Amino acid sequence: MSNYQLDYLEQLEAESIHIFREVAGQFEKPALLFSGGKDSITLVHLAMKAFAPAQFPFPLVHIDTGHNFPEALNFRDALARKIKATLIVREVEDTIQQRNLTEPKGKFPSRNWLQTYTLLDTIEEFQFDCCIGGARRDEEKARAKERIFSVRDEFGQWDPKLQRPELWNCFNGKIHKGENVRVFPISNWTELDIWNYIRKEKIELPSIYFAHDRDVIANDGQLVAVSHFIKPSASDTVVTKKVRYRTVGDMTCTAAVESNASTLDEVINEIIATRISERGETRIDDRVTEAAMEDRKKNGYF
Amino acid sequence: MDLLRFITAGSVDDGKSTLIGRLLYDSKNILVDQLEALERSTKNKDNGEVDLALLTDGLRAEREQGITIDVAYRYFSTLKRKFIIADAPGHVQYTRNMITGASHAGLIIILIDARQGVVEQTRRHSIIASLLKIPHVVVAVNKMDLVDYCKDVYHKIVEEYKLVAAQLNLDNVAYIPISALKGDNIVEKSAHITWYEGVSLLNYLEEVKIENDINLKDARFQVQMVIRPQTNALHDYRGYAGTVLSGIYRVGDKVTVLPSGAQSTISKIETGGQEAVKVFAPQPAVIHLADNIDISRGDTIALSSSLPAIATEANVLLCWMDEKPLQQGNKYLLQHQSKRVRAVIKQVHFKIDVNTLAQQQVDEAIKLNEVAAASIKTAVPLVYDAYEKLKQNGNAILIDETSNSTVAAVLFR
Ligand SMILES: Nc1nc2c(ncn2[C@@H]2O[C@H](COP(=O)(O)OP(=O)(O)O)[C@@H](O)[C@H]2O)c(=O)[nH]1
Repeated sequence: MSNYQLDYLEQLEAESIHIFREVAGQFEKPALLFSGGKDSITLVHLAMKAFAPAQFPFPLVHIDTGHNFPEALNFRDALARKIKATLIVREVEDTIQQRNLTEPKGKFPSRNWLQTYTLLDTIEEFQFDCCIGGARRDEEKARAKERIFSVRDEFGQWDPKLQRPELWNCFNGKIHKGENVRVFPISNWTELDIWNYIRKEKIELPSIYFAHDRDVIANDGQLVAVSHFIKPSASDTVVTKKVRYRTVGDMTCTAAVESNASTLDEVINEIIATRISERGETRIDDRVTEAAMEDRKKNGYF
Repeated sequence: MDLLRFITAGSVDDGKSTLIGRLLYDSKNILVDQLEALERSTKNKDNGEVDLALLTDGLRAEREQGITIDVAYRYFSTLKRKFIIADAPGHVQYTRNMITGASHAGLIIILIDARQGVVEQTRRHSIIASLLKIPHVVVAVNKMDLVDYCKDVYHKIVEEYKLVAAQLNLDNVAYIPISALKGDNIVEKSAHITWYEGVSLLNYLEEVKIENDINLKDARFQVQMVIRPQTNALHDYRGYAGTVLSGIYRVGDKVTVLPSGAQSTISKIETGGQEAVKVFAPQPAVIHLADNIDISRGDTIALSSSLPAIATEANVLLCWMDEKPLQQGNKYLLQHQSKRVRAVIKQVHFKIDVNTLAQQQVDEAIKLNEVAAASIKTAVPLVYDAYEKLKQNGNAILIDETSNSTVAAVLFR
């Protein structure tokens, strides 16, 4: 590589930093949606680089489903403290109470759908005009056409027909009052890019990304952690396995992977070796229908 | 490992989706569960073959209509390169999507159906490639299996295309005979096309030299924001954050701030929070100047040795992207990188027929998917270069202030 050439991770980083600075330049009240997972941790790292030595000019917002891994929540709080970021947490539980929502039922009750309500309430409460998210286009087919600046109407809804063409590095974040823009700075990163970047930049992650012993039940080939959020049936047997997580979502809808990988290098090697994509391996609710994500997006989900 | 962004173009049914599916499939970038989903949706088919085109198919509405109507991005990598594919549909109406995809592309694959040869859309896609100055063109002559892998058919198409390329001043054109469906010359060299001496498509994509595609001579940097922490420890800190659009900046370089014209010297450079002696395109940077100058978002810091144009009037090409047509005299917002200014379309000079490049008289409004040459006037000076010379600083968009839509791609002339 010549002296004046960036490698692919540096190019991706450059693009993301450019996007972060456009957010700061174009919006009055942005927020970074922080889940405690590796993608949003990477976002925070990029945000710190984009505005260094100043503090990044937006709070971290966590929409807490109440079904999170305790490790992820502890990590979230420790990170916010360490980098002196403002952390806003809003609970889906509260929305359920206030709005009299019906909890999903079943063995693995997912609150993914309900998050949308809390998110929209939070946007309204703080008058956020931009929410930065860690979605990637390689995650899922419906995401492949998502814009980097994705305009949502007052109901948080996404309409494929209303999306603006994105040319060169020129981002149009102009909106009417009440509308808001979801911005995805790591749109062009793949799962492996994220992992390689985490290794290169020595970014810290919650412990559940590495192999550890956990009580799980096997459900249709997927390992689900035993927690008080799920309702195992009589026929389920609880086993202790050495597992790690590839994504960190709700305990009810994120499956673990059997693994001995306890270091970043080992995790990356395993990921390169697996031929199962991140979503298929770890999201329980996605397998229901192929268009599941699409429907959720239209309804204001991240 | 570096990064190549490319776009695929072709008419409907030339095999774009199959080609992308094949590239992902053969380079082992399709994962098991995606493959299973694919097999599930292929089950109803008669021949039982996996329909590779389905891999690249996105939204449900489009799936139901059986066409792709937007730009989708795909990712794959080999040991040599990471690739980002802009998958722009070939539907007649969608010049807009292709221009969007092409604006990010370092290379374009133009698909030609071997049975049909160069058709109107081939010309159109090539014209767009040349207007947007995509540095590398690959002409992939597809469906060679349907013409018995015939050398003469291929050569005739190559000769035909060479005329198009010459007319459009396209350099760096490569030609590859392929069958996306059967996998000939996609990843491995074809056993059927023995007369072809070149490399496979993937091999070409991995090897094509792209490091010279960025202009490192004329240095341009536009300020996205001023960083002023205003903390006790960093009380006097004032840095200009932005992305190096082109060229190289070094500590000590003499610079001119535009449009004001103020001169100064670079006193410090940071990138990613670290001090650096130099930065180059497309790195993000924070630049510090020796003198106290009033600089804000959208201002340009250029090396004094080569300055861009500064003007309130400019000649541009407009690629119209909105349902609402362009009318002479209309006012818009023009966004040039991070700088947004009011602009009026003073005069539309002529339309460019994207199928022939012929200049046409304008007797009505400019509509969606049309390209026109126009002159614009802006409320405050723009600092730009001709797109031909320096595309990173020669592009902009027009925004309709009432709808906030992006209505046009702007290329400065
Ligand atoms: N025989 C043959 N058929 C092909 C080839 N490439 C694509 N096709 C077929 O041509 C049709 C259109 O292909 P598709 O990839 O959907 O075209 P698109 O509209 O450009 O995306 C499909 O039926 C493909 O199976 C090829 O190399 N050989």
